[in-house]
Amino acid sequence: MSNLHLILTIIMLAPLFGAIAAGLFGRQIGRKGAHSVTIGSVAVSTVLSIYVFYHYIFNGAETYNAALYTWMVSDGIRFEIGFLIDSLSATMMLVVTFVSLMVHIYTIGYMDHDEDYDHDNPYYQRFFSYLSLFTFSMLSLVMANNFLQLFFGWEAVGLVSYLLIGFYMKRESAVVANLKAFLVNRVGDFGFILGIAMVFVYFGTMDYQEFFDKLSEHEHTMMTFIPGVEWSVITVMVILLFIGAMGKSAQMPLHVWLPESMEGPTPISALIHAATMVTAGIFMVARLSPAYEMSEAALQFILVVGALTAFMMGLLGIIQNDIKRVVAYSTLSQLGYMTAALGASAYAASMFHVLTHAFFKALLFLAAGSVIIAMHHIQDIRQMGGLKKHMPITYWAMLLGSLALIGFPGFAGFFSKDSILLAVGESEIAGSSFAYALLLMGVFVTAFYSFRMFFLVFHGNESDYVKSHKIHESPKVVTVPLILLAIPSVLLGLFMIQPILSGSYFADAIYVLPAQDVLASVYDKYYDGVVGFILHGFMSLPVWLAFAGVALAWFFYMKRPDIPAWINSKCTRGNYVLQHAYGFDRLNEIVFVNGSKRLGHFFWKSVDMRIIDTGLVNGTVNKVSGLAKMMRESQTGYMYHYAFVMIFGLLGLLIWALW
Amino acid sequence: MTFEQLIFYILAAIAVISSLMMISVNNPVKAALWLVLAFIATAGVWITAQAEFLGIVLILVYAGAVMVLFLFVVMMLDINLVKLKEGFIRYLPIGVLAALGIFALMYMVLGPNNFGMDVTGEPVRFDANHSNTTMIGLALYTVHVYAFILAAVLLLVGIVAAIALTIRRRPPHEVKYQNIDKQVKTQARDRFEMIKMQPVKEKPVENKKEEDE
Amino acid sequence: MVALSDYLIFSAILFTLSMAGIFLNRKNVIILLMSIELMLLAVNTNLVAFSYFLNDISGQIFVFFILTVAAAEAAIGLAIIVLVFRNRKSINVDDLGSLKG
Repeated sequence: MSNLHLILTIIMLAPLFGAIAAGLFGRQIGRKGAHSVTIGSVAVSTVLSIYVFYHYIFNGAETYNAALYTWMVSDGIRFEIGFLIDSLSATMMLVVTFVSLMVHIYTIGYMDHDEDYDHDNPYYQRFFSYLSLFTFSMLSLVMANNFLQLFFGWEAVGLVSYLLIGFYMKRESAVVANLKAFLVNRVGDFGFILGIAMVFVYFGTMDYQEFFDKLSEHEHTMMTFIPGVEWSVITVMVILLFIGAMGKSAQMPLHVWLPESMEGPTPISALIHAATMVTAGIFMVARLSPAYEMSEAALQFILVVGALTAFMMGLLGIIQNDIKRVVAYSTLSQLGYMTAALGASAYAASMFHVLTHAFFKALLFLAAGSVIIAMHHIQDIRQMGGLKKHMPITYWAMLLGSLALIGFPGFAGFFSKDSILLAVGESEIAGSSFAYALLLMGVFVTAFYSFRMFFLVFHGNESDYVKSHKIHESPKVVTVPLILLAIPSVLLGLFMIQPILSGSYFADAIYVLPAQDVLASVYDKYYDGVVGFILHGFMSLPVWLAFAGVALAWFFYMKRPDIPAWINSKCTRGNYVLQHAYGFDRLNEIVFVNGSKRLGHFFWKSVDMRIIDTGLVNGTVNKVSGLAKMMRESQTGYMYHYAFVMIFGLLGLLIWALW
Repeated sequence: MTFEQLIFYILAAIAVISSLMMISVNNPVKAALWLVLAFIATAGVWITAQAEFLGIVLILVYAGAVMVLFLFVVMMLDINLVKLKEGFIRYLPIGVLAALGIFALMYMVLGPNNFGMDVTGEPVRFDANHSNTTMIGLALYTVHVYAFILAAVLLLVGIVAAIALTIRRRPPHEVKYQNIDKQVKTQARDRFEMIKMQPVKEKPVENKKEEDE
Repeated sequence: MVALSDYLIFSAILFTLSMAGIFLNRKNVIILLMSIELMLLAVNTNLVAFSYFLNDISGQIFVFFILTVAAAEAAIGLAIIVLVFRNRKSINVDDLGSLKG
């Protein structure tokens, strides 16, 4: 076992150890023990991940692909746990462990008091256990070298996400939300496992590398679903896998769970619903880029879904009043950008945005959480206002996060988002101009809702609540992670834009067909050094759209607060549509919930009760007992009747024998 | 008709008639007596077939013991004679029909066509000093000795079962039972106890009559 | 000489009569039991006759054992009848219908 192998094993298993220690022995080790052991184990993973990251990104180590443990070999197909480490997974590992570490630390402050639980309830230890378990799951997902482990990690993050969204299990809304998240993810996972099954059937392997090697064999393989219609196997397969990604990465129409998931504690919103879990889908597509590259139809589908999500979910962010929901819708919108970039074959740009988004969105969430702590768990932004002078650190953190989110030139979000926009603009596949238009509008919307929230929370007049309560800055465990996250949110893009655009960063992990390599053409056309790129940004449309959004937000909510109210009263129909989130929930309610209820009712009443219960189960009994009732009449109990029957039987037997 | 045949037919006729009477008489005591007669006649028939031992056994065991047992039981039970033959006439036709049907079929099989003298040949006749008892004894105590012992066990089981079924423990307030175990085990101290007590001086008897008056 | 068929027909007549006895008798279990004894007698007659004509003593051994079994059976049967009478104050066959399904 090489050194690297040992390091990778420790990275993956250390959080699991922490989770087990805090989860199973939480009462024994106490609160302090629980957060020490989990933070310690995640810190070990983080440090080692930094080492691996350094090893891969700066020293350019060889791709490492090895099995850790072979579970079984069935019919020549190996089911194993293994590592495929290259620039892609090294980057993801760093993001996951770093954000997770920040969230662990932050949680100490956030979960200190909780009115939902008694003090002696080990909810605190449990929460840390879940956090570490989640880190483990996510690491096993990104480090996987085969579909089986990918699926394991995929489902494990789903499970932990379920546990965490429903962490406030006494609140009905939380329980509903976690059920919803779980069920919607099941829909996606159904597609995902079908996709894996197709890999299994057509490629006969679970290993990524073998899968990539065999891809060209099946380039023209066709399959028939519906008689007469032929489908390309690879297209069907990658679209099925992408449906899984749609569930995890909350793309329309499987996005409905993400806003609801804000019912969970804020650290969770930051960890899962901003930085890590939702990016699993993006990561998966990037990881399987060689397969996606072979199907233009799938890429078009991804592009359109992503662009639609980016714009429509951003629009919903405008009308939200819950601080966390605003951030949640911005997450949805940003996930749309990432997905659209995948569709445009700009995998590297997408991963770049995953990376920057992980930092600035975690920053935004934690800052929002900090506000929530200060406001004593009030989340309505209309009740806030003028918090700037009470919470300077949070204010600056939120400002930096928002600037990164809207893509202010020079901030991390600018580089990643701008490269996505440029890439989509360069793309020539069908639907790309439509997607480009949607994404541009999305930029404006993003800026508008981000700064709407920002102004309402931190500027303006102090609300009654703020006046009547003493608001003060959050403790160190909250602010330190904010500061630590703010640094990469601002600076990360400066260092990464060049290798990303040139394609050298993910060269060993992501494969793009030369004909579709939009990032390369972006690089050729627009890139001439970091400063030049920033200057070019100032001259291009998206940045001005973002500025316009900020300005409009300022004008509407600081200068003339009567205008939004007036618009609200005038555009009741549009408002209605937005308030109901385009009716996806209603649609699900009517079609799927009621449909399955009715189907269930049909199966219950007609099939189960009538056919099975009355017909088969009780029917058999009734028939048997009816027949028995008939036959018992022959059992009179009188000896002479039996004798009579015997004699006639004998008579019959003799006649038969003598004939 | 030889003398032997004459004897056979007479005995057979007695057996048939008496069994007919047995199934048709009203009184079970009479039925038992008719059955005894049928047994005796049949024993005679067996003796014509050179089964002297079994014929004697039949008379001794069946007519002697079993039938007496029957009579004993019949007389012990208090049976309402009037009701006993109800329904006899009603079921007679079908009963006779079934019996005749069976008999006809049996006759087809067992009749002279299959088992007549010209088919079977003459049986071996033993002379006067031949002992049928010896023959049975030889076979019974050699070849069939285990079965013989089992038969003895069977009879024992029959005795035990019959007693166990009919024995009746009546409640102690009706009948007093001896507990022999207890009687044998009794010791002196169970019967005799020394009690220490203070001497008591009897109160003089008050004359109630005087008070009443 | 008496033919074998004579013996067999004699026993068949006895058998048929006892059968009719079982069948016709509706009122008295004791007569039922007697009929069964008669039936056994008929069967035994068959065995004796065959033993005579085949010159094989085994037939008589069989009869011997059947007599033993029949004696035991009669004893136990009568015991049961006594019990039945004790419990139900009747040995009327029509009253003994508790086997009814």
